[in-house]
Amino acid sequence: MDRFAELLDRLVLTPSRNGKLTLLKDYFRDVPDPDRGLALAAITGDLAIAAVKPAMLRMLVTERIDPVLFGYSYDYVGDLAETVSLVWPESEPHRRRNSTLSLADVVERLQTASRSDGPSVLASLLDQASIPARFAIIKLVTGGLRIGVSARLAKQALADFGGVDVAEVEELWHGLAPPYEGLFAWLEGRAPKPEQSARALFRPVMLSHPVEDNDLARLDPADYVAEWKWDGIRVQAVSLGGTRRLYSRTGDDVSGAFPDLVDAMDFDAALDGELLVGRPPDWTGSFSDLQQRLNRKSVSPKMRERYPAFVRCYDLLQQGAEDLRPLPFTERRQRLEDFVGLLDPARFDLSPTIDFDSWNELEALRTSPPHPIIEGVMIKRRDSAYVAGRPKGPWFKWKRDPYTIDAVLMYAQRGHGKRSSYYSDYTFGVWTGPPEEGELVPVGKAYFGFTDEELKQIDKYVRDNTVERFGPVRSVRADAGKGLVLEIAFEGLNRSQRHRSGVAMRFPRISRLRWDKPPYEADRLETLTAMLDE
Amino acid sequence: MRARDLLRPRPEGLYCPPGDFFIDPIRPVARALITHGHSDHARSGHASVLATQETLDIMAIRYGDGFAGATQAMRLAETIELSGVKVTFHPAGHVLGSAQIAVEHEGTRIVASGDYKRRADPTCLPFVPIRCDVFITEATFGLPVFRHPPDGDEIGRLLRSVRQFPERAHLIGAYALGKAQRVMRLLRDFGYGEPIYIHGALARLSEYYESRGIALGPLLPGTVEQGAKGTFAGAVVVGPPSAFADRWARRFPDPVAGFASGWMRIRQRARQRGVELPLIISDHSDWDELTETIRDTGAGEVWVTHGREEALVRWCELNGIAARPLHLVGYEDEGD
Repeated sequence: MDRFAELLDRLVLTPSRNGKLTLLKDYFRDVPDPDRGLALAAITGDLAIAAVKPAMLRMLVTERIDPVLFGYSYDYVGDLAETVSLVWPESEPHRRRNSTLSLADVVERLQTASRSDGPSVLASLLDQASIPARFAIIKLVTGGLRIGVSARLAKQALADFGGVDVAEVEELWHGLAPPYEGLFAWLEGRAPKPEQSARALFRPVMLSHPVEDNDLARLDPADYVAEWKWDGIRVQAVSLGGTRRLYSRTGDDVSGAFPDLVDAMDFDAALDGELLVGRPPDWTGSFSDLQQRLNRKSVSPKMRERYPAFVRCYDLLQQGAEDLRPLPFTERRQRLEDFVGLLDPARFDLSPTIDFDSWNELEALRTSPPHPIIEGVMIKRRDSAYVAGRPKGPWFKWKRDPYTIDAVLMYAQRGHGKRSSYYSDYTFGVWTGPPEEGELVPVGKAYFGFTDEELKQIDKYVRDNTVERFGPVRSVRADAGKGLVLEIAFEGLNRSQRHRSGVAMRFPRISRLRWDKPPYEADRLETLTAMLDE
Repeated sequence: MRARDLLRPRPEGLYCPPGDFFIDPIRPVARALITHGHSDHARSGHASVLATQETLDIMAIRYGDGFAGATQAMRLAETIELSGVKVTFHPAGHVLGSAQIAVEHEGTRIVASGDYKRRADPTCLPFVPIRCDVFITEATFGLPVFRHPPDGDEIGRLLRSVRQFPERAHLIGAYALGKAQRVMRLLRDFGYGEPIYIHGALARLSEYYESRGIALGPLLPGTVEQGAKGTFAGAVVVGPPSAFADRWARRFPDPVAGFASGWMRIRQRARQRGVELPLIISDHSDWDELTETIRDTGAGEVWVTHGREEALVRWCELNGIAARPLHLVGYEDEGD
């Protein structure tokens, strides 16, 4: 249990992806079954443990320590799980059954506890555990580890650990269950690859490369098909052998949030497409509309009525028993067109292809797409098979140019890891209020898009123009006459109630440093809000 | 004699009217008794200073030879009289040379602990509990959430991380007096034999520790001249915490930011500072040590100084010990 607790603590404080991968890989290598598999399940959210309510936790602890002292402690720490893990009285050594409480022990005792003796089982586990282990146990029972590790990253670590492609792990994943002993045996070369036992498995998706400057000049337009790139969420709808699953592009099962769509999956196939909301063909909702449907545990009928989900189909990967992935794109496309025609048109429609003869012609279409929910074009080789991952050559994405605005640097925060001595995370704002007495309102935060040399320049600027410091954050001088103007590129804008400005940018990054531009010439908030109304 | 007539807070610090001296005054005074060398307790500019030889040496290193008009070295456990008030210094276990000060007059004994800890520290003498009527305790970590783990766990975690990330430098923030030397010494005790790179701010104090018989092993300056970035891959670098936010830290390859401090017990503290490897190593008592010490002194009354007074006062109430906060100002948590 201590090793698992240490892993969680290190993961949450390690900012770099590579650092996290190393920590996970080493853990998988050093820790035996079944603990490592249970840890994996805890991280990917596949470990089922009955939840304990915060009020219960608070009751357990105040039975053991003075409520006033607990109150002071909780006020200071601010996190219930952490406070309880720290103030929980150390039990006498003889009451600890053994000091090597394993994760498997903890999981087993929590899973087998009845509803009524859940609290006492939890208390006795806390009595036996060290401080970090207590924290981990409380996190397990209160749900949500919040350690900044996605299921995708955990699968990547498994792939690195076993020296296999992550697509292989993703493909197997939904047929496996904790503690994944067969998976680890395979990754360690001790056993063959696990059989794909589950039905309606995820098929690792094919991704594209962005078009670079000279790519197209070397390519013959006749070899390629183009279609619009829709601004929704890439999904895979699999309905095979009576099992229906809607997967995200990283293989997470998102069926639960889209019962309306799953109901309509009365076919025997695997489809690749874009998840959108709206009523095709007349209405295709924006990404903001789609967001109303995301990350929900339950979906009210009202929500389903207002934001009905549908899939705009790109590809057909499997039909009945036949795996279509090795076929050329044009052949799959033909099969797709025939197939989608048979489905509920309110839930499945076809992503149209674009006629074009030259790259210039496609460029013109790309820059003025016929629909606001289009974020560019996809270019696919006619003869391309559907392969997992991001092969260079067969598929390209050619995105609409990003939006840009000029904003003023307001706050800078120190970075992490390599950048811990640099002010590298920037909050920027635009003007609001009457021009004479305008003030800056923050509209976003960006931490990349600049070169190492530019980072040094901005860092120096921040240090030389600091107005106030709040821990790792510095507020930088920013008024009409003096300030640093940043050209910000972003992919879109959503309404936001969480931000004072009322807007939230998607994928903002710094595209240019405008040392030449006086701050009063930076953009105004109205420019952004006008983009919302489009 | 009533305790409050023997020692009482004044704006300059804790004052003894019959003996006419201050303990750890924050402003220049005629006669100062200093518990230890951290700059919030040991300030320059007093007319005369009474402290252990180590504390006087440390003050001279930090402030220069003329840091006080006159100095007098106190031997531990030796009693002197100042205007009829008996004064004895006893080891406090905080940093090299740190002492508690027992003040006794007309049958009343008060012990001012300064800063102290109870666990073993290879760089200083261990704390000795002194029976007294009133015990003046610090409360830097005076909340039940502060429970420092064994040093070995923390150093073990650091050494594991060094093996796990051999391509990165491990930067350990540690206060220049006490903590830095303790961390280096602990690394040696746990078998780390490689040279440790140190920030310039640590050099003279570390040399001084060495001269007092505390072996720190091979130390090298963490300067660029020591080599290109590659040299620091896999290295342990120790410096004052502020240095790692500074441009100084840029010479190290993809550093793992560590911080050795009791504050690292609280995850949010680590997160705020961008610490990737928190090491819970403290020169102050944790909650259990504070309450254990209060019991050990047998004091009927406890005065609580800098830190989180309210929780410790509450604990004393629950345990039938009279307690009150002293509200002394000017003490930071430099030692941690």
